[in-house]
Amino acid sequence: MPELNLTSAPAHLRHGSSIGQPLTRRDGVLKVKGQATYAADNHPPGMLFAVMAVSSIAHGRVTSLDVAAAKRHPGVVDVMTPDHKPQLAIDPEIKTNPFVFRMEVLQNKEVRYANQPIAVVIAETLEAATEGAVLLAPRYETLPALVGLDAGESFVPPVVGVGNPTENHRGDVEAGLASADKKIDAIYETPPQYHNAMEPHAIVAHWDGDNLSVDMPTQGLMLSLGRIAELFGIAPDKIHIRSPFLGGGFGSKGLMAGPPVLGLMAAKLVGKPVKLVLRREQMYGPVGHRAPTRQRLRIGADGEGRLTALDHHARTVSSTFDDFYEPAADASHTLYAAPAIRTSHDAVRVNTGTPLFMRAPGEATGSIALESAIDEMAWACGMDPLAFRLKNYAEVEPITGKPFSSKALRACYDQGAARFGWAKRSLQPRQVRDDAGLLVGWGMGTATFPALMFQAEARAAIRRDGTGAMEIGAHDMGQGAWTALAQIAADAVGLDIDRVTFKAGTSDLPDAGIAGGSAHTATAGAAIHSAGAAVIAKLADLATNDERSPLFGAGNAGVIARDGRLIRRDDESRSESYTEILARAGVAEVEARGTGAPNPAAMEEYAMHAHGAVFAEVKVDPELGQIRVTRMVGAFAAGRIVNPHLVKSQLFGGMIWGMSFALHEEAITDRRSGRIMNANLGEYHIPVNADVPPLDVITVEEHDPHVNALGIKGVGEIGITGSAGAVANAVWHATGVRVRHFPIRIEELLK
Amino acid sequence: MKQFDYVRPATVAEAVAAAAQPGATYLAAGTNLLDLMKGNISRPDRLVDVTHLDGLDQIETLADGSMRIGALVSNADLAHDANFAKSYPAVAEALLSGASAQLRNAASVGGNLLQRTRCAYFYDTASRCNKREAGSGCDARDGENRTHAVLGWSENCIATHPSDFCVPLVALDAIVEIEGRNGRREIALDELHRLPGNAPERDSVLEPGDLVVAVRLPPAARGFAAHARYLKVRERTSYAFAIVSAAAALRIENGKIAEARLALGGVAAKPWRPRAAEDVLRGVAPTTDAFQEAARRALTEAKPSGDNAYKIELARRIVVRALTLAAAGTPARIPALPASPLASTSGAIIHA
Amino acid sequence: MNHSISLTVNGARRDFVLDDPRVTLLDLLRERLHLTGTKKGCDRGQCGACTILVDGKRINSCFALAISHDGADILTIEGVARGDQLHPVQAAFIAHDGFQCGFCTPGQIMSAIGMMQEAQAGNDPERIRECMSGNLCRCGAYAGIVDAVLEAQAGADESSQRRSA
Ligand SMILES: Cc1cc2nc3c(=O)[nH]c(=O)nc-3n(C[C@H](O)[C@H](O)[C@H](O)COP(=O)(O)OP(=O)(O)OC[C@H]3O[C@@H](n4cnc5c(N)ncnc54)[C@H](O)[C@@H]3O)c2cc1C
Ligand code: SF4
Ligand code: FES
Ligand code: FES
Repeated sequence: MPELNLTSAPAHLRHGSSIGQPLTRRDGVLKVKGQATYAADNHPPGMLFAVMAVSSIAHGRVTSLDVAAAKRHPGVVDVMTPDHKPQLAIDPEIKTNPFVFRMEVLQNKEVRYANQPIAVVIAETLEAATEGAVLLAPRYETLPALVGLDAGESFVPPVVGVGNPTENHRGDVEAGLASADKKIDAIYETPPQYHNAMEPHAIVAHWDGDNLSVDMPTQGLMLSLGRIAELFGIAPDKIHIRSPFLGGGFGSKGLMAGPPVLGLMAAKLVGKPVKLVLRREQMYGPVGHRAPTRQRLRIGADGEGRLTALDHHARTVSSTFDDFYEPAADASHTLYAAPAIRTSHDAVRVNTGTPLFMRAPGEATGSIALESAIDEMAWACGMDPLAFRLKNYAEVEPITGKPFSSKALRACYDQGAARFGWAKRSLQPRQVRDDAGLLVGWGMGTATFPALMFQAEARAAIRRDGTGAMEIGAHDMGQGAWTALAQIAADAVGLDIDRVTFKAGTSDLPDAGIAGGSAHTATAGAAIHSAGAAVIAKLADLATNDERSPLFGAGNAGVIARDGRLIRRDDESRSESYTEILARAGVAEVEARGTGAPNPAAMEEYAMHAHGAVFAEVKVDPELGQIRVTRMVGAFAAGRIVNPHLVKSQLFGGMIWGMSFALHEEAITDRRSGRIMNANLGEYHIPVNADVPPLDVITVEEHDPHVNALGIKGVGEIGITGSAGAVANAVWHATGVRVRHFPIRIEELLK
Repeated sequence: MKQFDYVRPATVAEAVAAAAQPGATYLAAGTNLLDLMKGNISRPDRLVDVTHLDGLDQIETLADGSMRIGALVSNADLAHDANFAKSYPAVAEALLSGASAQLRNAASVGGNLLQRTRCAYFYDTASRCNKREAGSGCDARDGENRTHAVLGWSENCIATHPSDFCVPLVALDAIVEIEGRNGRREIALDELHRLPGNAPERDSVLEPGDLVVAVRLPPAARGFAAHARYLKVRERTSYAFAIVSAAAALRIENGKIAEARLALGGVAAKPWRPRAAEDVLRGVAPTTDAFQEAARRALTEAKPSGDNAYKIELARRIVVRALTLAAAGTPARIPALPASPLASTSGAIIHA
Repeated sequence: MNHSISLTVNGARRDFVLDDPRVTLLDLLRERLHLTGTKKGCDRGQCGACTILVDGKRINSCFALAISHDGADILTIEGVARGDQLHPVQAAFIAHDGFQCGFCTPGQIMSAIGMMQEAQAGNDPERIRECMSGNLCRCGAYAGIVDAVLEAQAGADESSQRRSA
């Protein structure tokens, strides 16, 4: 891959540190010129096109494929089927680690869900491969499909989410409910949703003997590398993955799924580079989704509006062959100070592709139910929804009793409410109209997302010409790693950002872990920070041990790095440039590594979460039921903000996802066939520009000394939580109709 | 997409001859046809590309005051033609409420008329669908059908016609000019689309080779310009098909409705013209009571075809609203959100 | 059957022999001319990622058969900047963070340029939102997109005023 030409245009201001500066995206010029290369933009010489054929049944087996018909089509080179494919080194059904999902890569003829890949056609042109896949005209033996939340016997899964306990409790919920003055017992349903990143999953695979070169969007370069190595039985160092830009991921590009493996197999089969890009409809199956839920919330409150108990049960689904359980009820662990809390999950198996984490897994799904129920309770208690939330403000994490590492939620409530003008809200619903006669409603929700840390490594160097380098296999899926991590890198090595070569996005760089859980900036940032500290320490060693240096004898901790110089902490007039130090020492560069990792001691002691408060205004046509969000204000406290410009965009994006959750998104499954009837972007609605009102984001100052060295909490997912509930609650406030089935449909408001 | 022959006729006559062959179909902008071909719903053997034909892209006012719109005029050009929009504001508003700006720039008048249903089972080639494959059955009937027809459907098909454009056109008595194997003929747009009955595979009365060359609005259609609206309820603020829509056009003289025109979209396999409802409005004052009576009449024959009883009530309400808006007068400029009930969400809040 | 067609792409005339009438302008640009700035998000007219200008008008290139557009003048994202000099819409997208992942961005920018030429939305944010609704952005960069268009529009208004003054 050619060096990326990263620039921050217009030229940025820099006073002191890079962290905290609202730099524009350093990949911005590439992106606006169409020069940022996503996986499908690659064309190695001799490349062929591969197109998957996918099953139209949800359960059964393929009994025939008309391979001859496909091959007769001009340009078709080969057809990969269970009977004609390269062997894998291990069975892809074996779960070698918890981050491995079972995948359908033509190992047999079974069909477990609709849109499962059943063959791959490889051709000289995209047109030929596409039509070849149609000409296969598969026949099936069809078995009844399991569909929906009541598809079969329910069971209690061993864990939910990524290793969370299925059940949690503290205090006596039944006693709390029994003693309550007011009770809410309500059921909320959320639909299956699909990530639908704008960039369809794609791979360009090129085998050269045992060497493999791959262009593929991934949120986990090293996880993908490991998976490819084990599936194909080759050494990891023979594989080179490039993923400089992801056209969105949202979780769906986190783990290696079947389709890119098919691309690798196809390239191996034909002995030529192959490009395989999913068609949009093929993204509704093999690449994960957010599972549907049915959640029952039972809440009690005393005469003063204080919670006495909170019981949150979530039913969800997984596939018939693998396990991922949307941890929806866990949303009730952190927000409200109920003396008794119980959360539990159960599940049924259905004929679907295995669900996966999708932006704020569990938190988003659980939040819309919890925030709706809290709103219902506030109304039952005759209280303003904000006053009710403040009354039940959790000073310690309710489920564990641990103190928070930091929590500026009160400030979020205050600042958000003030900006929104919440104090003027009428308590009663259906009271306000605008001058066109539309119903106006105001709603709010509390946002929360855990501050997670994973494992990452980075490599830093300082060169004799006074420049620096930072290398980390980090991922930019739109959150801005090319910019934000480079800012951290610049500070870490004490240089101006334009003097640091920042490398990311390929698998030959140090492992940056997975870009997920809103933890990438924190984790990769911590690794960068520590690599920077380590390389500066090496440089300082050279200087402070050398009598000829003005820093001689200052000791390692006695110098600081700034603007390409090491400076004596106790006497800033004594300093020396990196260039001088290295030149005198006669070395071309110093290099060091650093790691970022969770701190188990801090985790033991503290509950760590980002928080926020979202306020929404909707307008609803009183007779026709059509809804429009007209205003949203979100106030978020998420520790240190590396780049306010990018953080605002992330939070806006999350808030739009929240609105979409409440009003738009739903995959509609045919009850009989198990096929998704709106597997496209025309009928699976995500908000368009006209759906999105002026948005307002406030980032509330928060210093957290415990989460990680940089005090970063992450902002990628929190925006959805709170927002979905705020919109739903605003619809209630506008109309007086409480809809508990999402997305809210027009017909519910006509009743 | 199936392989096909591509034909670019030089004249209308050549086009008709080429398209009359079995397996041939016309290609205009392709925004519907290519969608169907990419989804393998349509697998034509031959495309007859009419986009290079001369003379079909004119918007002209005829001597008698009719407006004649060539079949290749783009949806956007028509909507943005100032003279046209002034004379037929509801048609312009309907056009601008459809699809997206990009699609409207491409889509042709003829193609819009002849676009096919968006029924998800029609699109899903693994489903049984009488429209796609005659006699195979209808999986929508017991399937996910909350957006399907409530008027004019049969047990064989409950699909709706998706066009916005056609709805006000039908209300205004538009006429379709057709060039066929036996020369030119004209039919009312209201007679172009067929209800499904026993042959849902036939969307329209067109015969093989029939080319729509123009749509004409008769002189009387201008008489409604002062009181004409199109209203469309949908699940996104923009870029979504109608759940239900309505066009209402009134001629008001001395405070009374001299003539009313009404049509509904999203309710049937054709744009639906409830003439009985128009009749009750003739000669009465434009009051809510009168509009409610018209709405009741408009939907008397409606019945749910599945999970969609709400559409009947919604249709009644949209009729009342569209008539109310029309009576209030055509706005000077098409609203920022054309045809949207939420067109004025920038309105100030009044506390009740 | 082979068909010869000629197109003007970003100002340069290109003649080809098309061996397959099924090729869309989008696939022609991406897979045959390797102009991959134009993106495919859906291939079905539902996302706007493939927006290009054909004879000055924005359309979805996934629905345009190349063969049917013989003789057309095509502008893609690659042809918008003058060397290092960004088009005002491009610069405004950077300044207002009108994107995150960037995948929808070429389509958004081409759509914005097309919209400004259509002159229907002016500087009314509500009209801009409506007229940009044919371009989905899953990252949710809409606020920045609208601000970017407003800025570019203001710049265009100013320079046209200057010209007429
Ligand atoms: C995502 C999306 C959203 C949309 N939303 C809306 C919407 O909200 N409202 C709405 O009304 N429409 C909507 N449309 C449909 C759009 O309006 C139609 O696709 C378009 O009008 C068709 O015009 P065309 O020129 O592209 O027709 P083509 O696709 O070229 O042709 C359509 C059909 O008409 C036939 N045909 C074309 N011209 C003639 C002729 N002159 N004589 C005889 N037969 C002819 C063709 O053979 C073909 O069968 C949407 C489309 C898409 C893809
Ligand atoms: S409703 Fe009509 S179009 Fe839809 S599946 Fe039934 S027959 Fe086909
Ligand atoms: S790729 Fe053309 S509109 Fe989506
Ligand atoms: S920037 Fe990612 S889809 Fe728009």
